[in-house]
Amino acid sequence: MSRSAFEDTLVQHGLELKRDETTTLQINVGLACNLACRHCHLEAGPIRTELMNEETVEAVIDCAGRFNFTAIDITGGAPELLPHLPQMVVRLAPLTSRLIIRTNLTALELPESAALPALYRDHRVVIVASLPAVNAAQAESQRGGGTWETSINALRRLNEFGYGSEGSGLELDLVSNPTGAFLPAGQAQLERRFHQDLQRRYGIAFTNLYTFANVPLGRFRSWLEQSGNLDGYLKKLAGGFNPCTFSGLMCRSQISVDWNGFLYDCDFNLAAGLHHSGHKLHISDLTRLPLPGTLIPVGDHCYSCTAGSGFT
Amino acid sequence: MDTYYDPADLAKFGDIGKDAPELGKKFFDYYGAVFAEGALTGREKALIALAVAHAVQCPYCIDAYTTDCLEKGSNLEEMTEALHVVSAIRGGASLVHGVQMRKIAEKLSL
Repeated sequence: MSRSAFEDTLVQHGLELKRDETTTLQINVGLACNLACRHCHLEAGPIRTELMNEETVEAVIDCAGRFNFTAIDITGGAPELLPHLPQMVVRLAPLTSRLIIRTNLTALELPESAALPALYRDHRVVIVASLPAVNAAQAESQRGGGTWETSINALRRLNEFGYGSEGSGLELDLVSNPTGAFLPAGQAQLERRFHQDLQRRYGIAFTNLYTFANVPLGRFRSWLEQSGNLDGYLKKLAGGFNPCTFSGLMCRSQISVDWNGFLYDCDFNLAAGLHHSGHKLHISDLTRLPLPGTLIPVGDHCYSCTAGSGFT
Repeated sequence: MDTYYDPADLAKFGDIGKDAPELGKKFFDYYGAVFAEGALTGREKALIALAVAHAVQCPYCIDAYTTDCLEKGSNLEEMTEALHVVSAIRGGASLVHGVQMRKIAEKLSL
């Protein structure tokens, strides 16, 4: 198999992407989602049926109990669509100091999610919510029509539960991905703007904003190809390669498990089908955490995490 | 050459310093300093640059500063408003000369 351009870049810089201590367990509970966002690297959406079954949920909880993870991060798809989610929250929260659940916000407004904010509050869950922009047109160009108002309603409701309020200890972080084939704005500058605009226009408070580059995989890659942006975007990402991002890359310290229980170094390698340690390993067969120094499989999508300030 | 303006040429801007390196360096150092964060944010400066790019009708600058505005977190609503500022000033600059027209016409007319 020929070497990827990213591997060539690593060689040029004398770098190898290797694991560090594993501190985070990321759990992707499936591709079922109420939205079909145009930048989704996993092509999640309403027609997807992949969801973690009870047996795998048990295997994941068992793994979280066997090892010591300082953070456990639940993602999807939309985690809210997993019937076992409340059970996971209750059983995983005591096993880590930081239980994170990602949300597209609109799934939190579904009738079946009504009890989740109180459950999250009671278990001090950190909520990480996608909100690409503080502008309805841009946000809906990525996430679909009608999502803006629902997202704002969800944020207001989370604020009512104390999320995002200073001193509450209830962390509500936002994630902004660019709404197209361009790099994200500087995090600190955009965070100031989000704070100002969301507070002024909607009375909404949040804790931190994270900006991430879109990853050229899945639905976003299809759009890049169809729109004639793929070459330019890949060049932009590669041109922004910053070796200083290396030490903080998330793939070095997390192990990611998919809805079938198989392991990856990150959610993007999951989307690209690049298994942890290069072969299919099930979480129930994980007898020890990956050793520091274990090589991480890479592809050209890895440029997304090493461009500019990086994706950590 | 199919067209005078090729988007790929934008990346060759730096080549302009090749036959006048000292002047080129001075210009690009100045350029970099102008766009650094100062009393105005980088985002504000990018919006001004986008507006001026339209005023001087430079396709390279429009390409560069449309991307830069998006990457600095501006949205199409703000960028479009910036262009209306250009239009207002350009149109207004024509119209305000009507004061001259009126003054001269009044002097010449009964």
